Amino acid sequence: MEGARALRGCQEVTDTLTPVLTAHWDEPDSFTLAGYRRNGGYSAVPKALGMQPDDVIATVKAAGLRGRGGAGFPTGMKWSFIPQGDGKPHYLTVNADESEPGTCKDIPLMMATPHVLIEGIIITCYAIRANHAFIYVRGEVLHVVRRLQMAVAEAYEAGYLGKNILGTGFDLDVVVHAGAGAYICGEETALLTSLEGYRGLPRNRPPFPAVEGLYASPTVINNVESISSVPSIINNGADWFASLGTEKSKGFGIFSLSGHVANPGQFEAPLGITLRELLDLAGGMRPGHRLKFWTPGGSSTPILTDAHLDIPLDFEGVAAAGSMLGTRALQIFDETTCVVRATLRWTEFYEHESCGKCTPCREGTYWMTRTLRRLEDGNGTDEDLDKLLDICSNILGRAFCALGDGATSPVTSAVQYFRDEFLQHQKEGGCPFDPAAATAWAGR
Amino acid sequence: MPFSDEALTRLRADAAEIIGRYPRARSALLPLLHLVQSEEGYVSEDGIKFCAEVLGCSQTEVAGVATFYTMYKHSPAAEYQVGVCTNTLCAIMGGDQIYAELARHLGADPAGHDDDHRDIQSPDGKVGLERIECNAACDYAPVVMVNWEFFDNMTPESARQLVDDLRAGNKVAPTRGPGRLCTWKEASRILAGFGDGQAADGPPAGPASLLGLKIAKENGWKAPEPSGGAKK
Repeated sequence: MEGARALRGCQEVTDTLTPVLTAHWDEPDSFTLAGYRRNGGYSAVPKALGMQPDDVIATVKAAGLRGRGGAGFPTGMKWSFIPQGDGKPHYLTVNADESEPGTCKDIPLMMATPHVLIEGIIITCYAIRANHAFIYVRGEVLHVVRRLQMAVAEAYEAGYLGKNILGTGFDLDVVVHAGAGAYICGEETALLTSLEGYRGLPRNRPPFPAVEGLYASPTVINNVESISSVPSIINNGADWFASLGTEKSKGFGIFSLSGHVANPGQFEAPLGITLRELLDLAGGMRPGHRLKFWTPGGSSTPILTDAHLDIPLDFEGVAAAGSMLGTRALQIFDETTCVVRATLRWTEFYEHESCGKCTPCREGTYWMTRTLRRLEDGNGTDEDLDKLLDICSNILGRAFCALGDGATSPVTSAVQYFRDEFLQHQKEGGCPFDPAAATAWAGR
Repeated sequence: MPFSDEALTRLRADAAEIIGRYPRARSALLPLLHLVQSEEGYVSEDGIKFCAEVLGCSQTEVAGVATFYTMYKHSPAAEYQVGVCTNTLCAIMGGDQIYAELARHLGADPAGHDDDHRDIQSPDGKVGLERIECNAACDYAPVVMVNWEFFDNMTPESARQLVDDLRAGNKVAPTRGPGRLCTWKEASRILAGFGDGQAADGPPAGPASLLGLKIAKENGWKAPEPSGGAKK
């Protein structure tokens, strides 16, 4: 396969796909303690617990691991912000509320290998001196909740959780906490408010969660995939992790391809792989069709087009193309898809999920939905497009949290790349696309 | 209807266990709401009263939380809640058509439900149809959830068959989940933190989740070995 071994900048040559987190998902008992241990699972715990906590933080810093939940903040640096010797309890909260449209990596990870997350939690809590961790998992994934509950119970029984873990004197309790259906709770401060038993409204920063998080105590909030990457870093070393990926985007990540590709699925690769390479692995676009637009990292990252097939999918490469790497949720749409319909539906989602706390997001998403609906129905005007962009500029940077910013991404990028298609709806008095042609069963 | 003495005794014991998991009692509110939903199929006024009583906060505060989160129902849910993902990707891949056909199959006009997430319930109370947002299974689009279990790669035909089977009481199994589909109330109890012993059932992953791993194995692609030490 072409491009199987690509030299990326100053980095080592690595294989196109590098399964680490996904390496054992095909084993029937991968989600059990026995299955996880058979593949070397939990070997990083004694290693980490034999180190000084600050050395664990330094190792993760040196590895260059950046948050896998979308924002890409350096994980080790986040941990180092936790004040030490402050006499307050510290907390780790795992953000397992995977709800960003298009994002579908943490859910299969927790279904197949929940123990790698628990191992990462133990190491992280030891590093940040926390004795209590919470896995805030969205409630809408019943079997994943079951698997997490079972894995936590197994880990307690095996002495990896509870009092005096492996005789080291380190105590840790882990609670699986099922959410109740609110996209906003994936925003870290809203997640904390929700975990405290309130409506999931975001909080102002500062104070940052590292200083005043859960119960106003120092708290680290990390994504599932970030925490799950920690055991391999402890086992194999910071240099090993940093040898993968690109200069400023180290390591590997799970890339999720969905939509109009021949074979959708999960692909674990070094950061910096391109959509062209990933499409090749997915068997290309579905037969007889061509790429029209795609999201690099969920609906909150501006859409890109077939002009962006060769940008490196790392934090810098996607940003340079005017979007964001986000959660590597590559939703692929072909030429049968109406971009106005897609944008309208995403905007309806943001309107539905806006928590209502701040005016720009609450009112802005409401009016954007109505304007977009008018455009999709063929009743819009040029002024409506300008109005949409005006609303976006009044939300972006003025909303209380990133939900509002994210809501503007599909709208501004769709107008940027497909302005004519919006106007075509007006000319034809309706949507020129046949939705049946875009379905998975079209032509069957 | 107020809880019976038997139910209250049982629920209070469960509530004490839930509250005991948290450093502060108030954190138990979301699982407590799942718990009362497991008793009645929705969060009733009595359920709200119960949560307020065990947490020592006002019923207004509990109601404020219960109405913020979409998984809590405010009228009795069906035995099987069928959620069709109509977020962008699933909608375009056919979720919109599946939703419309199921709505008509249940005798409702889908156009009347264009812009909301209200349930359409079958007259026998067995099936409730609703629109859901992205459920993190996009590589299996279009996706349908029943009581929050995955039904992957659905078509209008397979979705209609699913609803018919649920209404007829036929055995139905999720694509990635246990062999036995639990009821809405049973699902709510799992979310409150009480397992049903089915965690080990079902596959570790579906085919799309394994695609990259399969291709890597076929090509002999691996993560590099760590230098200067054996891996694991």
